[in-house]
Amino acid sequence: MTEILLFAIPALLIILGALIVVFAKNPVHNAMGLVLTLTSLAIVYITLNATFVAMVQMLVYAGAVMTLFLFVIMMIGVDKPDQSKESIKGQSLLISGTLIILVAIVLFVILENGLNWDLFFPESENIIDGTPSLIAGVMFTSWVLPFEIISILLIVATTAALALAYEFKKSDSND
Amino acid sequence: MIEVTSDWYLTLSAILFSIGFLGMMFRKNALIMFMCIELMLNAVNLTFITASRHLGLIDGQIAVFFVLVVAAAEVVVGLAIIVSIFKKQESASVDMLSSSKG
Repeated sequence: MTEILLFAIPALLIILGALIVVFAKNPVHNAMGLVLTLTSLAIVYITLNATFVAMVQMLVYAGAVMTLFLFVIMMIGVDKPDQSKESIKGQSLLISGTLIILVAIVLFVILENGLNWDLFFPESENIIDGTPSLIAGVMFTSWVLPFEIISILLIVATTAALALAYEFKKSDSND
Repeated sequence: MIEVTSDWYLTLSAILFSIGFLGMMFRKNALIMFMCIELMLNAVNLTFITASRHLGLIDGQIAVFFVLVVAAAEVVVGLAIIVSIFKKQESASVDMLSSSKG
């Protein structure tokens, strides 16, 4: 029973937060909905034995990324609500049609098979515990090349953001 | 006694991804669209961690770290672009971005 509650309560909060992200009018409310989703996801990660990932989720997503979002909302202010005027002819009709087809496919699959996804591999007996030492042991041995590449990506992204946000004066531009 | 199996987590992940996709299609504010991308990336992360538990392998959790870093980099660059667009035309609506075509 505890197991089911530990899944159901965060799951409901995740879906609630996601709906707030999509449907709220005020961007600050959207950001708070995203915080709710990310925090509840961290709880789900803990129930899945991924404790270190849960902590990193809280630090990086609910901490750093959301601060960045709120900072940008603060900078550009609360924008005008979405205009209903469509810039491409028949845009909303096309979107609605695509969504109805997608939902129909998903409903058909669920009604046909229930919640049974018929996973190809059987559930493993081997219970892993996502501790920092276990993750580091694999990441710095067999995943070390992707790790180095991703560090280059981070540096490139930081430089690009700096170049985009910094206002160059006429006198120090080279062209 | 009902047991919480991997199927439940995968269903939750599918629902989360669909909601993110819905928002991506319907909202026109670039900032909100970015938040919907975050929702979809998190749905994928949940799938990775579920697979990691299901198969008894740690590699799924390591893939989550890479997704996390790519998401952070994407948010940094994307938000910088939104800010510089906003400075020019006082709006973050993607309908007004026709000026960025080549």
